[in-house]
Amino acid sequence: MKLVTAIIKPFRLDDVRNALSEVGVQGMTVIEVKGFGRQRGHTELYRGAEYVVDFLPKAKVEIAVADDRVEAVVEAIIESARTGKVGDGKIFVTDLCEVHRIRTGEVGESAL
Amino acid sequence: MFLVLSPAAFAAEGLDTGDTAWMMTSTALVLFMTLPGLALFYSGLVGNRNVLSVMMQCFAIACGASLIWVIAGYSLTFGEGQLFGGLTGGMGKGLLAGVGVDSTSGSIPESVFVMFQMTFAIITPALIVGGFAERIRFSSMLLFSMLWLLVVYVPVAHWVWGGGWLAARGFMDFAGGAVVHINAGVGALVAALIIGNRKGFPTTQMAPHNLPFTVAGAGMLWVGWFGFNGGSALAANGAAGMAILVTHLGAAAGSLAWMSCEWLRFGKPSVLGIVTGMVAGLGTITPASGFVGPGGAIIIGLSAGVVCFFATLLIKQKFKIDDSLDVFPVHGVGGCLGILLTAIFVSKSYGGMGLPEGVSIGHQLGVQALGAVATVAWCGISTFVLLKLVNMIVALRVSADEETEGLDLVLHEERGYDI
Repeated sequence: MKLVTAIIKPFRLDDVRNALSEVGVQGMTVIEVKGFGRQRGHTELYRGAEYVVDFLPKAKVEIAVADDRVEAVVEAIIESARTGKVGDGKIFVTDLCEVHRIRTGEVGESAL
Repeated sequence: MFLVLSPAAFAAEGLDTGDTAWMMTSTALVLFMTLPGLALFYSGLVGNRNVLSVMMQCFAIACGASLIWVIAGYSLTFGEGQLFGGLTGGMGKGLLAGVGVDSTSGSIPESVFVMFQMTFAIITPALIVGGFAERIRFSSMLLFSMLWLLVVYVPVAHWVWGGGWLAARGFMDFAGGAVVHINAGVGALVAALIIGNRKGFPTTQMAPHNLPFTVAGAGMLWVGWFGFNGGSALAANGAAGMAILVTHLGAAAGSLAWMSCEWLRFGKPSVLGIVTGMVAGLGTITPASGFVGPGGAIIIGLSAGVVCFFATLLIKQKFKIDDSLDVFPVHGVGGCLGILLTAIFVSKSYGGMGLPEGVSIGHQLGVQALGAVATVAWCGISTFVLLKLVNMIVALRVSADEETEGLDLVLHEERGYDI
């Protein structure tokens, strides 16, 4: 099992969610985060006091996936999250050791 | 307010229900400016960990000032006789002695006059909160504010409105350019200098956390100001109507002027800029509101937007004084500007109500300048002394660690937002 973590532009969230549904993903967790890579920040100005804001709002989507479906999931995210402009984000795929369904106590792939 | 002597006033009896109804409404409008107008305006400008502390300060000052006003403030400002060598009125109406259900003040019940004036005594110390936001200790703030009300606000109000020496010289301050705005502005500046800058100022980011609050509060201030200036006519008449009109134009012109300055200087107009320009325009028109015409008001408003804009940059960027919410450049400078411009635009040749018989613009300008300087001097020195005094009893400022954690948690054990 793998944990697919995608950091994307927030306004792409709905598109990503829909694309994931289409490849059969039934659940995900979304967190609002801040970050930057190569994308530049912006400045804000309040009564003459200028603030440089490095961190940009992003959305982090986490999906627990069976090994045989990782490629489809990653492709779905890339297709739906891409705008072609700097700051589109990244996807990290990490090993998932255990998964438990809290309600039933199921463990492993049947808990995904 | 400028007390117009007329035969009706000498006739003494005869409540005017129209005047009374308007003054009751004005009282509510002006209290609304503080609660929640100013509370929202100010709290939106600070960090989210200090949002409650600012609201608490506004609320507590409102409550404390109310009591002090009826115990001593009203009498010392408006009472007959003189105390402290003419600094204040007498204590004949201390604890509102003699003020009953049937007591009158002009054409309105005296209770209404007491309340209306109380709302001014509430908002003036509340404005100072902007000078020491995010680092003041609640206990010392409360002690200082109550003392400041008695030592600074009351005397100046007496000099200008209570038949004191400035009134005797023909000083014109219709609704509080000196009594409220210069006082609050200078008080905040001195407080910012004595208490010191916020930790990390000016290099650390200290952006407003909730500008929607600030804009909502600004709207309440604009509307409430109709009571502030319109109510200072103490009657429901043409003078009040014109005061409201010129007040409104001052706000509109000030807003556009600041917005334009910002647009030209920084490339974008901002909502914080437009509402700050609004406050500058309103503060500057305040002393002139009963004396000038619409044309004069527009010029006054435009001047306020421009002058206060540059004053703010000067204080923040050049002098690097952490008057956190810009009370001095907006209210202090605006108040002085308005006090001086009153002398010009009151003249009939500039569309005003007209100077008194035999008084030239030049002479009136001199009187206005005298009043402004006297207010600045009295307020500046007294505020300094009071701060030093209070600091000996309880430290003015929280510790550096407390300041970092935020006043809401440290002083009030509360959190503003749970999202």
